[in-house]
Amino acid sequence: MGLPPYATTGQRIWYYSFRVICGLIFFFLIAPIVVVMPLSFNAQDFFTFTPEMLRLDPEGYSLKHYEDFFTNPQWQLAMKNSLIIAPIATIISVSLGTLAAIGLSQSHVPFKGTIMAILISPMIVPLIISATGMFFFYSSLGNWMENTLGLDKGFVGYVKVILAHAVLGIPFVIITVTATLVGFDRSLTRAAANMGAGPVTTFFRVQMPLILPGVISGGLFAFITSFDEVVVVLFVGSASQKTLPWQMFIGLREQISPTILAVATILVVISIGLLTTVELLRRRSERLRGMSPG
Amino acid sequence: MAEVMLAADGTPLKRSLARALRRQKIRALGLIAPLLLFVLITFIIPIGSMLFRSVENEIVSNTLPYTVQALSSWDAEQDALPSEDTFQAMFFDMFIAAEAKRHTRLGTRLNYETTGLSSLFRQSGRKLDDIADVSYEPLEDLDKAWDDGETWYALMNARDGTDESLLAEQRGRVARLTDSETLGDINFAPDAEVAALLPLAAREYTAWAIYVATQDGRDPAARDPWEAIAPALALDLQTADLSGYDGPAADMLRAAQDANLPAPDFTAAFAEIDEDWGKRVPWETIKTHSGKFTSGYFLNAVDAQKTADGMAWQPENKQILITLFGRTIWMSMLIMCSCILLGYPIAWLLANLPMRQANLLLILVLLPFWTSLLVRTSAWKVMLQQQGVINDVLVWIGLVADDNRLIIINNQFGTIVSMTHILLPFMILPMYSVMQTIQPTYLRAAKSLGATNWTAFWRVYFPQSIPGIGAGSILVFILAIGYYITPEIVGGTKGVFISNRIAYHISSSLNWGLAAALGTILLVAVLILYWAYDKIVGIDNVKLG
Repeated sequence: MGLPPYATTGQRIWYYSFRVICGLIFFFLIAPIVVVMPLSFNAQDFFTFTPEMLRLDPEGYSLKHYEDFFTNPQWQLAMKNSLIIAPIATIISVSLGTLAAIGLSQSHVPFKGTIMAILISPMIVPLIISATGMFFFYSSLGNWMENTLGLDKGFVGYVKVILAHAVLGIPFVIITVTATLVGFDRSLTRAAANMGAGPVTTFFRVQMPLILPGVISGGLFAFITSFDEVVVVLFVGSASQKTLPWQMFIGLREQISPTILAVATILVVISIGLLTTVELLRRRSERLRGMSPG
Repeated sequence: MAEVMLAADGTPLKRSLARALRRQKIRALGLIAPLLLFVLITFIIPIGSMLFRSVENEIVSNTLPYTVQALSSWDAEQDALPSEDTFQAMFFDMFIAAEAKRHTRLGTRLNYETTGLSSLFRQSGRKLDDIADVSYEPLEDLDKAWDDGETWYALMNARDGTDESLLAEQRGRVARLTDSETLGDINFAPDAEVAALLPLAAREYTAWAIYVATQDGRDPAARDPWEAIAPALALDLQTADLSGYDGPAADMLRAAQDANLPAPDFTAAFAEIDEDWGKRVPWETIKTHSGKFTSGYFLNAVDAQKTADGMAWQPENKQILITLFGRTIWMSMLIMCSCILLGYPIAWLLANLPMRQANLLLILVLLPFWTSLLVRTSAWKVMLQQQGVINDVLVWIGLVADDNRLIIINNQFGTIVSMTHILLPFMILPMYSVMQTIQPTYLRAAKSLGATNWTAFWRVYFPQSIPGIGAGSILVFILAIGYYITPEIVGGTKGVFISNRIAYHISSSLNWGLAAALGTILLVAVLILYWAYDKIVGIDNVKLG
């Protein structure tokens, strides 16, 4: 990939201009995300760099938008809701999804193609359509739960959003876990059975540790799907289930406050953490699979 | 070798194997079943309910059952106006609908087809009492007892025989009208003799009793019926033969018949409420849209309308939805093309750099991929605003005058730039994984055979990278045509997609049928694209991260 010593001037020019073009595209990819971070420390309520900030004057920077995020009840409610909804939805999609992925990876599954298509469909259908369908169905489901089962309105609201988010996360769990299971050596479970372990023991002591990286990264995908989801929650939820993305969406559409940038920065930091975790898991999984016989 | 092979337990091996296989299948399905059920209930059924709602049109026949029935004999081509019977049916349908506050809903529904019907229904609902009073006041003057609910109850409630079919029919009518359960004890059953003698009055009284008992939770015996009972009685008395009747209120009925209790002239009365009722338009609309299923929403979704004589297109300047579909496809193509242009060099670079450097640069692609969509959208709002970062930088450099800042948000440009950024990783990742498999030796071989750099790339490398471009393009296109959040925030009015229109009809205009029809069209488009994707790339090859 290096430039050979015999390259002509034209080739040199092309080589360097190609590098510059790629540099510009990387800049395009990363700049918007990077720009948000310093702006979130703006001492003013503006969305641009003030002269003080450009002079690197400490006067121009402050943590007030972060303070607003951690004290404003609206943002705190949104934060709390996100932290309630996303983990529960993730647990549902991971537990059901892992079981189904194990079932799907067996050799003789009737209607495998159809089943797979149904399970993957929440990822394929555009969110706005899922949201429209869920809006109709979940409002009658909610009415039924409130009137017939006599459940609390707030509780029903959470149930609706959690169910909707869980089903949106399922395709990611299915895809990552089945991908991990492809490399799984079946003779290991047979060996375990041979040595007297029941199916449950085999699952938790042999299979689970080996597919765990896939399960965790599927779970992370499901978590981020729910944590980042706004269209469905806008349609299915009510104001008391307002999540973080919902609050940001309202903020962007109506009164735009720099607190959004502080939240954005926090979320970028979280996603860097998640990215690192997934990458480490992927490597671990590759190492484990490299070690497993067969 | 006629001998059958046996398994260890003595059963033939074939059967033993089949049993083992069956058990395995059942176990696999048992593991899948909970999730399959979960997805079916929480996702597939909702989508199905949306598809159903896009053609469902029961509201007209549920709200105006007798009118729809009467209108079926009306020949819209020939007759000027529907018959008096139709107006009469309309009065009774509308009266109970107005009491249940359902007539405004129907008005809203029909207003999608013909503007003005919403206010027509709303205003007419208030004035129905005036029509009823034509009969009610004289009846009251004849005998004060008519004003008493107990008189009516005594007259109508079953003595010897119950008219079960009338009761069941009216339970169904009220249930469909109010969209709720009407079973259970209502402390009333229509008397068979009276029902035969006074069919209309018995019908309306029964409907009223069911409504009062099931919706308001009151005892019909102790309540006064609605005024609509008087015109019904007046109409019945015009033909009823009371000579053989000696039940409750027999004398009062005879007195009313002898006094020629006046019945309203419904055609004239409706025209007096609102002159529009004297025109053909509202009746044609009701007749055209009286079916239980309609293609009307789909026609509306493509800027057409269902009229009495078939389908009609909207005038050219009002075809907003077709324009919007076109714009959605056009802008998605533009976004896809800019993603190809920007993604190709990056994927090439990543595939051809040494592993260590490529992994480092890959982080620059994956970070935006993992960052919250809202974060990226807000970042673009910050960048593109008139007082935003890009404009500030351009002013600072001196390319743009301070009083002449570029307008790059709330238009198509804003949507295209930010969505290109958001979807670019979805283009780069499939391209990268395809390019990784292309052997660099092919390029070297081409060059050693005398190809120039360009020929070697265009004739050898590029054709092999096309699967990557195809996979990325379809993925980006599918994601783009269903996008909602980003166009909503940076698209203004000119840069929005069909999905924004769906959201508008769900949350603002409340035309859910149209929203469902638009959604169905979009869903079909996406499924066709996915089918193509599956044929070209294979769904199983979807990779994440």
